[in-house]
Amino acid sequence: MNIHFFVQITYILASILFAFGLKFLGSPETARKGNQLSALGMLLAVIATLVGNHMIGFQWIILGLVIGSALGAFVALKAGMTQMPEMIALLHGCGALGSVFVDWVHYLKLHSQLIFTINGVESFALFLSIVIGALTFTGSLIAWGKLSERLPGRPILFPGQQWVNLMILGGILISGVLFLMNPVRIDLFYTFLALSFVFGIFLVIPIGGADMPVVISVLNSYSGVVACTTGFVINNTLLIVVGAIVGANGVILSIIMCKAMNRSLTNVLFGGFGAAKKKSVSGVKKEVHSATIADAQLILEAATSVVIAPGYGLAVAQAQHAVRELGEILEKNGAEVRYAIHPVAGRMPGHMNVLLAEANVPYEQLVEMEHINPTMNTVDVAIVIGANDTVNPAALTDKTSPIYGMPIIETFKAKTVFVIKRSMASGFAGIENELFYYDNTLMIFGDAKDVVQKLVAEFKNK
Amino acid sequence: MENFLTNLPYQLFILVLAVFLGFALISKVPPLLHTPLMSEANAICGIIIVGALIAAGAEAESPFAIVLGTAAVALAAFNVVGGYMVTERMLKMFKKKDSAQ
Repeated sequence: MNIHFFVQITYILASILFAFGLKFLGSPETARKGNQLSALGMLLAVIATLVGNHMIGFQWIILGLVIGSALGAFVALKAGMTQMPEMIALLHGCGALGSVFVDWVHYLKLHSQLIFTINGVESFALFLSIVIGALTFTGSLIAWGKLSERLPGRPILFPGQQWVNLMILGGILISGVLFLMNPVRIDLFYTFLALSFVFGIFLVIPIGGADMPVVISVLNSYSGVVACTTGFVINNTLLIVVGAIVGANGVILSIIMCKAMNRSLTNVLFGGFGAAKKKSVSGVKKEVHSATIADAQLILEAATSVVIAPGYGLAVAQAQHAVRELGEILEKNGAEVRYAIHPVAGRMPGHMNVLLAEANVPYEQLVEMEHINPTMNTVDVAIVIGANDTVNPAALTDKTSPIYGMPIIETFKAKTVFVIKRSMASGFAGIENELFYYDNTLMIFGDAKDVVQKLVAEFKNK
Repeated sequence: MENFLTNLPYQLFILVLAVFLGFALISKVPPLLHTPLMSEANAICGIIIVGALIAAGAEAESPFAIVLGTAAVALAAFNVVGGYMVTERMLKMFKKKDSAQ
């Protein structure tokens, strides 16, 4: 029995723990156990690696572990649920850059040997790994910047952008092919490394804030692919297995997000949606009904079934706690309260769920779109807070609308719809929302948090 | 050369099975938990730490390679610790009705 054998067995054990970890994420009741099992798997993998390899020195490892873990713990404890998308983007970026460095060190080591040997599979995997890793890193940084509003969230476009992208891609491919023919040339290695860093920036800057759920999912998939290709470079099966699982995860989430927007992945990633085609506002002046806080309170008091449809505006206004308080008051008043969650509400998959869970909303009340829509006819009051396109009936009726075909939360079927909104300004992509002009819709103008708090106060004063 | 010809089909075989496993496991996760799923995937993607440890501890020779290797360990550790802790924090928030108050 040699040590190598034990390392491999531990790696298999770690993979099993990761698989069970994900399996237990299938239900909120077992999810925490899953996360802990998965973390145990990671610990085993780290120990096996430290024991099973001939390490020259531990000082650098310890330094890296201490710095990385401390920063990771600090950020994980500090991040609010509103900031979760940017936190995830940052983690993707760090993982991808870490992979790039691992490949880089491996290549430098091969290069420093007296006789340089690398086989075709290794050099091809190295090329893929560096390119995807580098572009995932810079792409994630841009996504992080956009999500945390350090960069403008709107799509950044400039003339000839497609040509610039094609030229960079061409440069990557040409240097890649030359590198594969002669892998000893470190200058080519640095060429495609640098170009890929630049490429990542250009890939993400033209994508608008509301498309971020897809971008994050795609970057998630890439970070898995990078781990996988790195596994081929350094000949490590555990990296291949885990990378493949994470890659599959990103693909599934991207598909779900695209379906929820009725758009293709190519359209989201390369369409520059929302920047180019602003629909001109139609000349017909339509009438809007608005309500005061007191009116709204009276209607809510009589309601026996209330659905709250939140959107990204809820996160921006930090209104989740106020909304939960309103929900509790309505429940005490005898109404059934549910939250209708659209798959792309927010800035990442499942964003609204964590926000509301943070505010102590029990998860049974968080209902998926396809489950709540069939019951919408029986709902007395639907409250739309900070959502716009995800409740726009034009997606169902108006064939000329850019969002036609996108599934929506059918709030318009409720007896009364309250829309809490700052102003009549149109949402993402400048699409007018027909819901605002429906006869059963009442607009309540104001900041989401402010309006909900006033409603709560109105109930308490009675 | 021999090594890679015997290794490659075997590694591809594992890769294909792992992709299927991934699809099977992840399609069972409800949309309710998609954000924790993503951070969990993030955390396990930190498995790159295995490669980083080897890079920093056994492969790096020049000072530049040592800097890269140490940075790789730090980045991977950030990913692992940050990913698992933030997932734990989020999952703690998902409560049933009777225990919510």
